[in-house]
Amino acid sequence: MQDLSELEAELVAAVDAADGPEALDAVRVAALGKKGRLTELMKGLGALDPDARRETGARLNTLRDRVAEALAARKAVLDAAALDIRLEAERVDITLSPTADPLSQGRIHPVAQVIDEVTAIFGAMGFTVAEGPDIEDDFHNFTALNFPPGHPAREMHDTFFLRPHEDGTRNLLRTHTSPVQIRTMLAGPPPHRLIIPGRTYRCDSDQTHTPMFHQVEGLVIDRNIHMGHLKGCLESFAAAFFEVEKVEMRFRPSFFPFTEPSAEVDIRCNRKGGEIRFGEGDDWLEILGSGMVHPNVLRNCGLDPEEWQGFAFGMGLDRIAMLKYGPPDLRAFFDGDLRWLRHYGFGALDWPNLATGLSR
Amino acid sequence: MKFTLGWLRTWLDTEADADRIARALTDLGLEVESVEDPAKALADFRVAFVVEARPHPNADKLQVCIVDTGTERLQVVCGAPNARAGMKGVFAPSGSVVPGTGLHLKPSVIRGAESNGMLCSEREMGLSEEHNGIIELPDDAPLGVPFAVVRGLDDPVFDVAITPNRQDALGVGGIARDLAAAGLGTLRPRFPEPVAGAFPCPVSVTLEFPGEAAPACPLFVARLIRGVKNGPSPDWLRRRLESIGLRPISTLVDITNFLTFDRARPLHVFDADKLSGGLVVRRGRVGESLVGLDGRTHGLDGTAVVIADGRGVISIGGIMGGESTGCDAGTVDVLLESAFFEPDAIAAAGRKLGIVSDARYRFERGVDPMSAVDGIEAATRLILELCGGTPSEIQISGSHPAELRTLSFRPARVASLTAVHAEPSEMAAILVALGFGVTRGLGEAPWQITVPSWRRDVEGEADLVEEVARVKGFAAIPSIALPPLTVVPRTAVDAGQRRVRLARRALAGRGLVETMNYSFIPHEHATLFGGGADSLRLLNPMSAELDTMRPSLLPSLLMAAGRNVARGFDDVALFEVAPAYETDQPDGQLTVAAGLRRGRTGQRHWRQAPRPVDAFDVKADALALLAELGVPTANLVTSAQGPAHFHPHRKGEIRLGANILAAFGEIHPGVAKSLDVDGSLAGFEVYLDRLPVARARPTRTRPALQLSDLQPLSRDFAFLVAKDVAAEALARAARGADKQLITEVSVFDIYEGKGVPEGQKSVALSVRLEPRTATLTDKEIEAISSKIVAAVAKATGAALRA
Repeated sequence: MQDLSELEAELVAAVDAADGPEALDAVRVAALGKKGRLTELMKGLGALDPDARRETGARLNTLRDRVAEALAARKAVLDAAALDIRLEAERVDITLSPTADPLSQGRIHPVAQVIDEVTAIFGAMGFTVAEGPDIEDDFHNFTALNFPPGHPAREMHDTFFLRPHEDGTRNLLRTHTSPVQIRTMLAGPPPHRLIIPGRTYRCDSDQTHTPMFHQVEGLVIDRNIHMGHLKGCLESFAAAFFEVEKVEMRFRPSFFPFTEPSAEVDIRCNRKGGEIRFGEGDDWLEILGSGMVHPNVLRNCGLDPEEWQGFAFGMGLDRIAMLKYGPPDLRAFFDGDLRWLRHYGFGALDWPNLATGLSR
Repeated sequence: MKFTLGWLRTWLDTEADADRIARALTDLGLEVESVEDPAKALADFRVAFVVEARPHPNADKLQVCIVDTGTERLQVVCGAPNARAGMKGVFAPSGSVVPGTGLHLKPSVIRGAESNGMLCSEREMGLSEEHNGIIELPDDAPLGVPFAVVRGLDDPVFDVAITPNRQDALGVGGIARDLAAAGLGTLRPRFPEPVAGAFPCPVSVTLEFPGEAAPACPLFVARLIRGVKNGPSPDWLRRRLESIGLRPISTLVDITNFLTFDRARPLHVFDADKLSGGLVVRRGRVGESLVGLDGRTHGLDGTAVVIADGRGVISIGGIMGGESTGCDAGTVDVLLESAFFEPDAIAAAGRKLGIVSDARYRFERGVDPMSAVDGIEAATRLILELCGGTPSEIQISGSHPAELRTLSFRPARVASLTAVHAEPSEMAAILVALGFGVTRGLGEAPWQITVPSWRRDVEGEADLVEEVARVKGFAAIPSIALPPLTVVPRTAVDAGQRRVRLARRALAGRGLVETMNYSFIPHEHATLFGGGADSLRLLNPMSAELDTMRPSLLPSLLMAAGRNVARGFDDVALFEVAPAYETDQPDGQLTVAAGLRRGRTGQRHWRQAPRPVDAFDVKADALALLAELGVPTANLVTSAQGPAHFHPHRKGEIRLGANILAAFGEIHPGVAKSLDVDGSLAGFEVYLDRLPVARARPTRTRPALQLSDLQPLSRDFAFLVAKDVAAEALARAARGADKQLITEVSVFDIYEGKGVPEGQKSVALSVRLEPRTATLTDKEIEAISSKIVAAVAKATGAALRA
């Protein structure tokens, strides 16, 4: 019998010399295949006496394990080399751009974003959202809101009218979101705690006026609501909306036919350096109109002013979007200029909520 | 409403300066828009004495003057013919800017003579067009004092925005009353002493308003003054009017204009010699007209109130007088009119005539009806003082229209409505200071409050609450948190509102950019998109481009895309979620999510070449949106129908049962051309209001997940079918073959041409099978395959391709 250690050295050398998967396989077959040299030696064991068979068998087994080990090790080396070659061949210019990401191309209009912000904040104070039609009648837009026919306050609204019907009545485009107050109060009993965002229309156009714009109306009707609550509610809103610790508000007496007492509301701000900051400074900026719902309005909606009272306010959504995010010209809001929309717009996933932050 | 501090002080005894008064006015609800002190612009220009004036050695028309400014003597070259030694004038020093010309003065040499500063004309001071000579000041004008002080120009001008309810504040006296109530000084009430008449008023006045329950002119007070001399007004009166931007005309006219602003009491003066017979106050008649004091001819009808004499209409009551009976320098006898006109009548007439005048502005807001007599007496006194003459007795035709209102007032309502706390005595003092009559009740009993005749706006308790609170100051309103309704707030939006919000996010997530477009579009566009009904057209549009409520959002998006193309952006993907209008009724307003893609699917790219957008891009948008909004997409059916603004053979409607949820397609080239937009254009509209509403669920628990350990498998089928059969029909039939086993069917190939008979196409379906109970045997698979082939054949006439 050949010296097994010589055979081992010979086989291991052959394994290590194999330069590819095929060569390695040939070595394996030559050693361990059906007619391989080791296999042949194994076959010869039967001819030995039991003691010699046990001893030689054990040595052959050890030898077979070592050769198998060497084969596995060599295979790993060869596989790694082959993978290296493949990976080298798969080299790309990683500086090339991927295909465009739709999520980063899409934009939400700033007014829609601000509507969501406003909804989140008032929602946290228990308000729900109500809506109504853009095409209104005289009753809901004016008369029920205590604008007597022919009153000069009507003319302040620069109303768009639609062509008259055959019966002489004519509709109009709502000049404010306030008619939805009427619709809501007529539709169900108090208490009410609502915001009403929507499109509004007045016959006017310049840098800060467009024939269509957006308002949000607020309405709270209950038994003991007063102007202190109005102030508290608006201050909480403004601080949350402008994302500052606290804002200071100034109420000025004013006149709206549908509220009594009525107040215009200014907030303290700092306009130095070309940008507006809230919660600091010595300037005042008018932000909205408000007041206690006029007893005549309550009566027009079938409510007893001795039992129910509350406040209403109306605020320009485009205007507060301008104040918060800075676009200077209202007309651009409705122009659809992609450059403007990409600059002032918001991502689809920037859905405002108070828990994780109103805006990024 | 403009007035000066000096004018205000004729009504209010106050030490407050302009800033403090401005703050107080705004706090009272009389919003100050500006306070301008004309003296500030003239601060550099002071009284100077001309010590010496000798001819310029090198120029005929110039003089070289030595001017004493009070602090130094300067040489000034002056071209004014009236410059002379011994006079006092207005000196503008070097370094100042001349307001009338904008010239920045510097020391200079004029034809060889040094000149330091300038002596100024009225034009150079920005006061008038006078430029024939320099301003001559009185000899006693103190040297070195600002010219503005000497000339009385150091009087700050307030411009106050008066809300429509406060006609009483359209006179300086009314503003003073508010300030006095707020503690800014003491009101100097001015009730003119009646002037005794020397003779009865000879002009008869008849009020003719038959059938009017509330006559448009219920009261007309008249007085004739004989022998007046009408010329330019004295300085003080001219200055009052000029300070608020009014042009002095003649004393008689200036007096009426002055009282309009001083007392919010419009008056009119007729030249009595130009009147013919008695006056009739009545409604105008169609065909009548008047040449007004504005020089324009105004056609009249029954809307206007007119004053007519024997020859016809001479004045439009409460709005504007007529030219033919106006006062001028030749006026000797003047007839004064002080009347009351119903606000609604004046508002209607003013609107119809389109005349804007200070009288209309006040009458349509409601002039104090009790001011007619006081007004005519105040005017009489001024006329007698400034123009002389002999007055008649006053003649009152008609009567005061209204009794004084009395209101109940519970002082506790101030706190319950405004959260402002005030002592009853303070409330009473405020109301009294504003002119209200106060009878306090005992204990909790309501007070009885008499409303003064000039506060037409105060109609109820809430108005009285506002009076107390605004004079006390809205700064006293505390900030109190709204009581929470629940610890954790309710959801703020309902299902439909949530859908709108979700639609925006879903479309932006697909790469579309949100726009907001006007709800009105050109009528021509509306017609192209199936709208344009008369009831949806504006009566008074901003322009013809914005005159019809849109029936669809697509024309707006097309126009927006066109504007972007014009700016160099060829590939555009826009959307809008907003209303479209089917009718002018509340239920005719639809909430629509619409999108438009234009150009190619993207930028040119090294890996993937873009292609022109087509109907399938927007079909994908619409379906993705419907899926995101929770519509069961497996049940949706697409049919080759849709509005005519789409390409007739590249459009579709997506239906759920009979309900059309969306329409999409490539924009009809003819329509695009009409809107002047080119390129590949495809759009969709999803009608959000029509989406099925999810039922209210008692639990959010989802059904248990059924997982199978069995391998799903898929089988492909190729069918031959007539060309006009919808591929979806095949897929639907296949899906219906075994609803348990078949979970998905997709069309993966469409082929026409070689190997396919003429008039047919090959449609290849991939069917996914998910066994539930046991692995499918070959036999079972064969059985289900046969079922599929049979179902498709039955539904569409398709045959399995050999």
